[in-house]
Amino acid sequence: MASQDITPVGRSSAKASLLYDPKFRGYIFQTITVLVLTGLIYWIVHNTVANLQRAHLASGFGFLDGRSGFDISSSPFLRYTSDSTYITALWVGILNTLTVAVAGIITATMIGFIIGIGRLSHNWLIRKICTVYVEVFRNIPPLLVIFFWYLGVLSVLPQARQSITLPFGTYLNNRGFFFPAPVFADGAWLAGVGLIAGIVGALLVRRWATKRQMATGQQFPVGITSLGLIIGLPLLALAIKGFPLSFDYPVLGSFNLKGGALIGPEFMSLFLALSFYTGSFIAEIVRAGIRGVGKGQTEAANALGLRAGPTTRLVVVPQAMRIIIPPLTSQYLNLTKNSSLAVAVGYPDLVAVGGTILNQTGRSIEVVAIWMVVYLSISVLTSIFMNWFNAKMALVER
Amino acid sequence: MKNLVLKGALAVSALVLLANAASATTLEDVKKKGFLQCGVNTGLPGFAAPNDKGEWSGFDVDYCRAVAAAVFGDPTKVKFTPLSAKDRLPALQSGEIDVLIRNTTWTLSRDTQGFDFTGVNYYDGQGFMINAKKLSGINSALQLSGASVCVQSGTTTELNLADYFKSNKMEYNPVVFEKVEEVNAAYDSGRCDVYTTDQSGLYAYRLALTAPDDHVVLPEIISKEPLGPVVRQGDAQWADIIRWTHYALLTAEELGITKANVEEMTKSDNTEIKRVLGQEANTKLGTDLGLTNDWVVNIVKAVGNYGEVFENNIGSGSPFKIARGINAQWSKGGLQYAMPIR
Repeated sequence: MASQDITPVGRSSAKASLLYDPKFRGYIFQTITVLVLTGLIYWIVHNTVANLQRAHLASGFGFLDGRSGFDISSSPFLRYTSDSTYITALWVGILNTLTVAVAGIITATMIGFIIGIGRLSHNWLIRKICTVYVEVFRNIPPLLVIFFWYLGVLSVLPQARQSITLPFGTYLNNRGFFFPAPVFADGAWLAGVGLIAGIVGALLVRRWATKRQMATGQQFPVGITSLGLIIGLPLLALAIKGFPLSFDYPVLGSFNLKGGALIGPEFMSLFLALSFYTGSFIAEIVRAGIRGVGKGQTEAANALGLRAGPTTRLVVVPQAMRIIIPPLTSQYLNLTKNSSLAVAVGYPDLVAVGGTILNQTGRSIEVVAIWMVVYLSISVLTSIFMNWFNAKMALVER
Repeated sequence: MKNLVLKGALAVSALVLLANAASATTLEDVKKKGFLQCGVNTGLPGFAAPNDKGEWSGFDVDYCRAVAAAVFGDPTKVKFTPLSAKDRLPALQSGEIDVLIRNTTWTLSRDTQGFDFTGVNYYDGQGFMINAKKLSGINSALQLSGASVCVQSGTTTELNLADYFKSNKMEYNPVVFEKVEEVNAAYDSGRCDVYTTDQSGLYAYRLALTAPDDHVVLPEIISKEPLGPVVRQGDAQWADIIRWTHYALLTAEELGITKANVEEMTKSDNTEIKRVLGQEANTKLGTDLGLTNDWVVNIVKAVGNYGEVFENNIGSGSPFKIARGINAQWSKGGLQYAMPIR
């Protein structure tokens, strides 16, 4: 807001001078803006309330406590039946959206970095393959990419009775990817403890190794040691308890494979499409970031005797990250929002579940409001996290 | 994403449009516009689908034409808005369409959500279809435990399905799509074992499958699905027009008035026929409804009577060959019963 003192200095001299006073003008414009905005919001709210009454529609969020009455195909984290409430159904939708978004972000980032670095490879073939990948996926609308995976790849897989048998008791058919579900018996908790101990141990080893290298210049095989700790400790824990772990293998039932765990084709097609689509954008961001690092940096690293791998890992990428992270945030947000295309293949994300609720209850305004608030919250949280990450990765000026 | 934007836009336009729509009665609005905006199915052969000439045709479409004929005396003054199950009620609410004639089941909750059902133009029930070649040995819906079931979202079908499997202590895996075309494609590709919707729909979609003869509709009917036209609540005159258009079609069948003989019938001496066709002296039946007195003539001239509409679109005169069954006239053991036009 403009400051309060419009000062009596020029007030007596002339009226015109007050109009040309930038402070005064700023004050006037801001007042008008606030008035118009308030009026607009009042009009919208008033109109909505009046029309809801005229159409004999109830409003409010009380309906969310009602019994949903419909089933949802995939609810990996919450117990949901048709007896659950609408609010539980919405949570299932939100969690499904988050699942596909998080999984998609992780793979899209991996694909993006591999392809992006690949585009700068000295190898002609790798470079060209990466270019073709980027151009193909970047230039197809994401909905078509989803259809490509759903209709073009996954739905032409064989029927349940002719499932493709893969190693380790896994099967692939047009109902999804079936794999043995681990069943933990008594004592399996020790494996969890072992896993946590392994991760903590790996972090400690890494810290110690960095310190030692700083002090003495000697290197330590951190990667292999960490892997050994993270895998070895849980295995050791299981061995102590006499392997209290069994697997529930999928077997052929009357209609489909029964037992085990399942990843449905709806999730897979959405997940793959979002990963591949966003991955192509991330690849370009990564390439731009690496290009943005001065050539002198690489030459200096070479002059110090670093080989190509460590040069990329220790010199180029950390500097490139400064350029990469801000646009990367936008891509993560895009991916999350694009996940609402799930309705096209029947994956029960927030939009699909919300749409069903909207139709069963007729509460359009409430459901649309919930959609907007949830997507806004997810996006804002992602932004906050990425801004924090960006600040952490930024070069510290000395 | 597209859907989210669409919904948001719909909600906003709902507010704006409602403000305008409520200023006059629906009949005045429709007359001012010069055409009826009718919400129909996106593509349910027999009920509402574009034919090979690109014109909309079907049972529900004929009802739209009948209303247009009643209002304007001209069945061509109608525009069709194809709507998915999910979008149909918001579209009516927002004023995007004047009437919804789209296989919509009359339920208490819908009736109290700001809508009015004006009658039942087709008594239906939910059924199941399976690929009998692939699943030989299954001849009852009670053998379907463990199956994947294709179903359209936002329908009463989806709710009945959940209830039926729950009360019979069976498990199933719902595969839910928003658009009927997507449900069809998924079932045809073998993504699910079972297709469930209203039985009339099953018969219609069956013919569109790659190998229709492989598929059978199971005998069980698990629900009552009274389908009928819907209007916005709060405009009694408009609801009356839609309601009596349906009764006019039924009455015409009862009295033997057909598309072919309606002109001739206007000269009939039969008092009832004279009254229905607006030939009585000083009759006010049509004008009291807000229409002209020859409204029934216009309706029958445009689409025929109920029996003709039924047989041409879904009955013996169509590829679907659906029997009249409970949709026969009350006098022939069915449930269709017109209130007297007098």
